[in-house]
Amino acid sequence: MTFAVVLHLAYWQLTIIKLLVVLSVVPLGALVLGYVFLMKVMAHMQSRLGPMDSGGLASRPGLRENPFLPHGWFQLIGDFVKFVQKEDIFPALADRWVFALAPAVVIMSTFLLFVVVPAGPHLIAQNLDVGIFFALAVSSLSVLGVLMAGWASANKYSLMGALRAAGQLIAYELPMVLGIMGVVVQAGTMSLQGIVLAQAHGSIFGFGRLGEPFVITQFFGFLLFLAAAQAELIQTPFDMPLAESELVAGYLTEYSGLRYLLFYMAETASAFAFAAIAATLFLGGWYLPGIGPSRQLADVIGPFVLGAKIMLVAFLIYWIRFTYPRLREDQLQTFAWKYLIPLSLVNILVTGILKVVF
Amino acid sequence: MSSTPEAPEAPGEEVAGPAVDEIREGLLVALTAELGDAVVGSEIRDRDLFVRVRPDEWRRAARFCRDRLACDYFSFLSGIDWMPAGSGAASDEAAFEPPTAADEAGDETGDETGDADEAAVPPATTRPSGEQAPALRTDDGRWKTGLAGGDTRFQVFCRLYSTKRHHGITLKADLDDADPRVDSLVPVYRGADWHERECWEMFGFDFAGHDDLRHIYLPGAFEGHPLRKDFPLLAREVKPWPGLVDVEPMPDEAAVPDETPAPAEPTGGGAAE
Amino acid sequence: MTVTEQQRLYVERTAAEARVNVEIETEGMTLNIGPQHPATHGTLRVLVKLDGEQVVEADVVPGYMHRGYEKLTEVRTYPQITTLVNRIDWLSSFANEVPFVLAAETLMEIEAPPRAQWIRTVLFEMGRIGTMCIFLGDMGVQLGAITPVFYGFRDREHVLNLIEAATGGRFHPNYDRIGGLKEDLPKGWIDETKAAMKRIRSFCDQLEELLLGNEIFETRTRGIGVIPPEIGLEFGVSGANIRASGVDWDLRRDEDSPLAWKECDWKVWTHPDGDAFARYWVRLQETREATKIIDQLVDGLPAGPIQAKVPRIIKVPEGEAWVHTENPLGEMGYYIVSQGWLGPFRCKIRSASFSNVSIVPWLLQGVYVPDVITILASLYFILGDIDR
Repeated sequence: MTFAVVLHLAYWQLTIIKLLVVLSVVPLGALVLGYVFLMKVMAHMQSRLGPMDSGGLASRPGLRENPFLPHGWFQLIGDFVKFVQKEDIFPALADRWVFALAPAVVIMSTFLLFVVVPAGPHLIAQNLDVGIFFALAVSSLSVLGVLMAGWASANKYSLMGALRAAGQLIAYELPMVLGIMGVVVQAGTMSLQGIVLAQAHGSIFGFGRLGEPFVITQFFGFLLFLAAAQAELIQTPFDMPLAESELVAGYLTEYSGLRYLLFYMAETASAFAFAAIAATLFLGGWYLPGIGPSRQLADVIGPFVLGAKIMLVAFLIYWIRFTYPRLREDQLQTFAWKYLIPLSLVNILVTGILKVVF
Repeated sequence: MSSTPEAPEAPGEEVAGPAVDEIREGLLVALTAELGDAVVGSEIRDRDLFVRVRPDEWRRAARFCRDRLACDYFSFLSGIDWMPAGSGAASDEAAFEPPTAADEAGDETGDETGDADEAAVPPATTRPSGEQAPALRTDDGRWKTGLAGGDTRFQVFCRLYSTKRHHGITLKADLDDADPRVDSLVPVYRGADWHERECWEMFGFDFAGHDDLRHIYLPGAFEGHPLRKDFPLLAREVKPWPGLVDVEPMPDEAAVPDETPAPAEPTGGGAAE
Repeated sequence: MTVTEQQRLYVERTAAEARVNVEIETEGMTLNIGPQHPATHGTLRVLVKLDGEQVVEADVVPGYMHRGYEKLTEVRTYPQITTLVNRIDWLSSFANEVPFVLAAETLMEIEAPPRAQWIRTVLFEMGRIGTMCIFLGDMGVQLGAITPVFYGFRDREHVLNLIEAATGGRFHPNYDRIGGLKEDLPKGWIDETKAAMKRIRSFCDQLEELLLGNEIFETRTRGIGVIPPEIGLEFGVSGANIRASGVDWDLRRDEDSPLAWKECDWKVWTHPDGDAFARYWVRLQETREATKIIDQLVDGLPAGPIQAKVPRIIKVPEGEAWVHTENPLGEMGYYIVSQGWLGPFRCKIRSASFSNVSIVPWLLQGVYVPDVITILASLYFILGDIDR
């Protein structure tokens, strides 16, 4: 790897750097998305007051325009302090070990997702040949954590939430895999890096200046992926496992304080990760038209390009979340089995035919 | 209309009165024709019909109202305890002497309206002379009861309404003092279920045919029937009703002459603030 | 009518499904929704026996908030009672006072001057808008859409500010007096009212687009919790709940009332379906109608006094009176038995939610857990109105 060669790093040094980067991406991504979308965008869309004004200064005339004065970002500090100072409660009948481990399992799956996401031609923790396969596999691990949480809480609401999450797994995992299949067929590789390069080197009817973001050819797959990701992230309209009006907080009912924060962080970081995967699969990842993948510059601006694309996809994800009501569990199954899966099969078929034809 | 108290009638209903009364009269005639002497009292007042039936015909009366008088809507069911007891504002007559008409006129000047016309106290609000404090019993020594009369201590009453013809009927029935029991209305109106449960726990009425009489508001082990008049209201036992004025006089108004008792303060309209 | 036939078939089918599932002898689960639960608006407890996620049997346990108002009214004077009844349906407190005061006025045979009646009507309808704003937003949040509830709270604020400006209290105005009102409207109030009504109308449009036109909202509410009209009436279901079942009955229009509804041009909306969607739809239209009523009333507000001549000490003559009005939640009425004292001898409070909720055990048979929430939210009850 040139990156390593340029800096003359030993294998262990490189590994530590990679580890630190991946470890820091999770809280960082959660923080950025949490602030930008869960606070500011949400506050704008829903006319919430706290995330717009807290800090006090912003409500004074003339100060609202000043971007450096608190414009609601005290809320972030306030929320964090609130979580930290809360008591860490174990329900009396809870299975303590499982209960305590569940958030770790959930956040672990989020960490693993970032291993295969490339941020530049050489900026990737591990360029697996089966990258997308790996990503889908580890993302399903989080359901295990959810089940653990639901079972160990010794609470009916938690259990129902966890069972709903498990029931949902199959319903949305299939269309997601099948939706991605079109991309894989078109790119001819399962490596995420390979998929980015395929988009960078591709051309639309001979016009190759923009590359070929698969969102154009695989627009349908993109929609399928977004819908399935929404379910994977347990966000409206598929947030039945949480369903705060029905199941109080689903599998999170008994969690408090830092453990709850871990779940929360995992959820937001997963949104970040799925936005990153969607950006990589459909929007060309770190590739910026005009800067060839072979140039060193691509490694420098790659993370920023990817970041911008992540924000774009994340905006879609959260926009849907703030707008839609929740489906019912059986309606989700109907939606998945009767519409999403047949449509994704059609998508694969059409992609395959076109692949052969062109 | 045996023991109906005669209240002063104000001439306010000549316009709509007769036409609407015809409807009520018609309803009453129909009820009487069906139930015969089971209708033991009735009254038409304020464009409203109150009918007292014998308790054994209670369910039949309701069914007749539903089937033949188009009363498809069940409004509520509840009870009354005519026992002249209770505590506080209702009965604490000692704390209160109604001001004479002259007093009232004098006090009126400070009212919110400001445009007090002393002589314009409506006749309906001036009590008949000599009735200083309302008697708790009628002249023949029985307890006072309301419209359509009443012979016993307990009365169950319900309100039925027609959403198509827009008339309402209040059905009443006297219940036995020792064993207040009446047929349940649940077979006629399913909505009576909760109302009868409430009435059962609040008054101790038994509704025959209601198989699920259990507490609805009160905890399961609650003893007594709170809305009976002999059930003490603990708050008033601990701290008795202070009379009409329950606020301290303002410092600058402390020197109120004694013979104008309570109401020097703005009690009529403003005491509840 | 074919629609009612369909409703009955639906109800019977769902109930039959529930019965079949019982026969399979799977081990059921009893889920205790409430008394502390986000969907119960306070402290209602719903006990459901579940088979999977399907309700086999449901029981509603109210009473966690019972305050014994009927007993308390017996030891209070008439002017003091308006303070109590304010707290029955606390989202539209003003509307609770009106039937009580009207009942007392009926017994005393006095009538408030026209201006007072008109202002009463305006504030009554404002209470309705305030309540409906919460409902229209809350229904969204119960179905998982969090945005509408914020819009609801945001725009209710306009109405609450107006109520506060006129009465001094945002939630518990205690503004009615027997024979009139506490005081007149403040200056500039009418202009602000008109501006606020415009906002409420745009809020209604916004929600119509955001929720009512949303496919997921429709799939979640259509055909859910169908109340056939005759069964609803038997249970005493009233207000928008029964109008959503196609019963064209509104006490504002159908009863002679001294309030000023007859003076303006408005419409009673009904919906033939009787499901949760219909209840939402009807309430949305009613909110619009309420803004129209208010607009017309403040335009034609008569001049004059706001308080009739009443004695200093309110003593209500002997008699009985029943006055009911079309409150935001349904029919609310007071049956006052007076024996000529300072306070009522007996005051039966007929609150709308009590009867509206009494149909819930019947309605919940065979539905799914998420639909329990939809049905509870669409019936729209206030705990204080159930428990009194």
